[in-house]
Amino acid sequence: MAKTEIRIGGLGGQGVILSGIIIGKAAAIYDGKHSTLIQAFGPEARGSACSAQVTVSDAPIGYPYVKNPDILVVMSRDAFVQFAPTLKDNGLLLYEEELVEPSGLPAGVRAYGVPATRFAEELGRRLVLNIVMVGFFAGVTGLLSYSAMEKAVLASVPRGTEDLNLRAFKRGYEHGQALVARA
Amino acid sequence: MSEDLARFEDVENPVMPYLRQERIPHIWCPGCGIGTTVNCFARALTESGLDLDKVSIVSGIGCTGRVAGYMRLDSFHTTHGRAIPFATGLKLANPRLKVVVYSGDGDLFAIGGNHFVHAARRNMDLTVICVNNSTYGMTGGQVAPTTPLGATQTTMPYGNFENPFNLPFLADACGAVYVARWTVFHVKQLTRAMKEALLKPGFTFIEVLAPCPTLYLRRNRLGDGVDQVKYYKEKSTIKHGADTKEVGLGFQSDIVVGKFVDRERPTWLDSMNQHFSKVLGTRFQPWGGSNGED
Amino acid sequence: MKADPRGVLTGIHFMDGDHAACEGALAAGCRFAAGYPITPSTEVVERFAARIPTVGGVFIQMEDELASSIAIQGGAWAGHKVMTVTSGPGLSLMMEHVGLAAITETPCVIVDVQRGGPSTGLPTLPAQADMMQVRWGSHGDYSIIALSPNSPQECFDLLIKAFNLAEEYRVPVFFMMDEVVGHMTERVVIPEASEIEVVERKWTRKKPGEYRPFECEDGSLVPSMVKAGDGYRIHITGLTHDERGYPAMNVAAQDKLVRRLKDKVDLLRDRIVDVREDGVDGADVVVVSYGITSRIAGAAVEAARARGVRVGHMRLVITWPFPSGRIAEVAKTARAFVVPELNMGQMVIEVERAVCGRASVRCVPHAGGTVHDPDVILDAIMEAAR
Repeated sequence: MAKTEIRIGGLGGQGVILSGIIIGKAAAIYDGKHSTLIQAFGPEARGSACSAQVTVSDAPIGYPYVKNPDILVVMSRDAFVQFAPTLKDNGLLLYEEELVEPSGLPAGVRAYGVPATRFAEELGRRLVLNIVMVGFFAGVTGLLSYSAMEKAVLASVPRGTEDLNLRAFKRGYEHGQALVARA
Repeated sequence: MSEDLARFEDVENPVMPYLRQERIPHIWCPGCGIGTTVNCFARALTESGLDLDKVSIVSGIGCTGRVAGYMRLDSFHTTHGRAIPFATGLKLANPRLKVVVYSGDGDLFAIGGNHFVHAARRNMDLTVICVNNSTYGMTGGQVAPTTPLGATQTTMPYGNFENPFNLPFLADACGAVYVARWTVFHVKQLTRAMKEALLKPGFTFIEVLAPCPTLYLRRNRLGDGVDQVKYYKEKSTIKHGADTKEVGLGFQSDIVVGKFVDRERPTWLDSMNQHFSKVLGTRFQPWGGSNGED
Repeated sequence: MKADPRGVLTGIHFMDGDHAACEGALAAGCRFAAGYPITPSTEVVERFAARIPTVGGVFIQMEDELASSIAIQGGAWAGHKVMTVTSGPGLSLMMEHVGLAAITETPCVIVDVQRGGPSTGLPTLPAQADMMQVRWGSHGDYSIIALSPNSPQECFDLLIKAFNLAEEYRVPVFFMMDEVVGHMTERVVIPEASEIEVVERKWTRKKPGEYRPFECEDGSLVPSMVKAGDGYRIHITGLTHDERGYPAMNVAAQDKLVRRLKDKVDLLRDRIVDVREDGVDGADVVVVSYGITSRIAGAAVEAARARGVRVGHMRLVITWPFPSGRIAEVAKTARAFVVPELNMGQMVIEVERAVCGRASVRCVPHAGGTVHDPDVILDAIMEAAR
């Protein structure tokens, strides 16, 4: 009956919602779990705050919202400030380390950073920072299988960009695995 | 149908087979002009050669709104002002139908004005016939968007101070491909116009000026229906191709009648089919066609 | 009859409720839809507009909801299964044509993705406050059917059922989604067309001349239909009419027509209702819920059971007609009913009517904007159990 609640926060244009869709899809379609994605819906101007809530569970999901996430993924300082206090004790924080400086975290929270924007730029397109983040999420948490995550990425990105996105995913994934191995 | 017609021709008004005879007598007052327009419409249907099983007539609410109920066609008496959107759905869902909207000035241009504007803009393949009697007949003679300045109506008891619509100008500006105005005096011309409108693809519009003796004429001391037809006869000038800007009506003023607009534009359905064929290629499932060519 | 495979997107999807509803409509055989943009429902018609050209059919964005809600009725009389989609303010405009569809017995589906009201209210946030409006919102007496899905999967499955019910009973059928269900993304399994049962329109077998549009045969309360263009030369009017479809301005015709418009759903209520029960028999407290709230209530019910309360859950999948009979039966043994809903107390009135003083009824209202906190429902259950 394991249930994991995830919140992903960032700015409009960073691909926050797509990150949520990929994680949800990996769980619901490729890993045979239950998953519910809720997106904060509002005037979605580029650059404004944006967040997705994903619940992954072995059992059917009732209450769909994420109030206190087990895992918080942040791609902007604002998202960190807004959501870090909601993290469960002993939760997990994944952050874009060149945009966010974590401080004052709830008790026992483990925090892992990744320079996702820089990695994305090195890969040739800043746009894939969310896929680096998704890879990083997969590498650190191990919540969903590598192959499910990979399939979900392939099924969610625009045709013709699969290769780039797979490299972004791998880059994030490997970085995450390395950090966990070191910890 | 043609056999029926032949049977009735010698003994009865040739219009009768087009009417639901079991519903006669109709509700219209003596001297009302609506019946005359129906007569012309029935003749226009014959002359059009259309398969009457494929002709639907849609009305809104009001005296003219009752026309649908008397025609022996597939006929729909809808809600106030909404005949055009109902007709739009009927036409789009079965492009093989010829769909006629037959309604009054208050119905089509006050409560239904927005629908008229957009159907004309889209060049929806509909023929819209508006019987304009300058008033709300069914509810007892209130001011309409077509009531001339100065005319008295129950809700303009001291005379109308609101500017009325110039319907041909409105239809023209919104994109109608055929715009004509006639009066119930001009039965031959009206019949011909109705036939032309029925056969022309796209949004075709005819305004028919008709007397309402009970409410409009009496309240304005204009005599009876015959007097008003005399007025139509004396004050009308036929001016085909007239600038629609110039054909507005005043109280018992001169009347410009004629075919003002006759132009070509692709219908909504034709545009949709062409556009999707171009954009989607063989993935597109073509949908019907206009005026029964499908 | 099985679904037309052209409209069926067979596969396993990760899809939100709005998109799943569109797929449900296509699978059900809807080939004509008209709509006007309004949050949070617009995604349904956006997807329909994108999908229909390759399925075969038409979507048109009309000039307003008045137009949308009557354009679909034209579409229905042209012979198609039809739908429009809206939310609160648009639904208010559509009420005129709910009455028209009711009196002309035009099969149609109206999807209402509920948001907070009144008026413009909360465009992007949920509520369940249109429940009474869809039942009673147009003037006069008539009946409708309403379904309340609680997940994207149900937006697909139950919308097919909604179309089937519209054809079977010839009434406007309301599909009562809400913003959460509409924008929530979950797994949606779309089966093969051959596994989807769709109800075909009840066409007459009579010939032109014999056929009377509003005549019921063989004890049925639902007349058979024809479509425009088939040579029947029908007359359909929003006026009170006789079996021929002709206006009939008299007391007897009014009584005959209006009575049947109500009876055709009310008398067949037990055949239409769909209540999903969980531990209701022998329960002291029974929670009655529908739509998104049923998921929240489910969590509260489990929490209450963990505390030793004998609590049952009745989830109304079909909200109208209301399952009065079953509620009355349960009221013989249950001590209390708890009714959480995202409004200030609408369906609870129906529960009270059915319970008729035999048990206590406790409303757990919520003005909308989000869903209930499960603890609030739990508290209500615990208090009711005391």
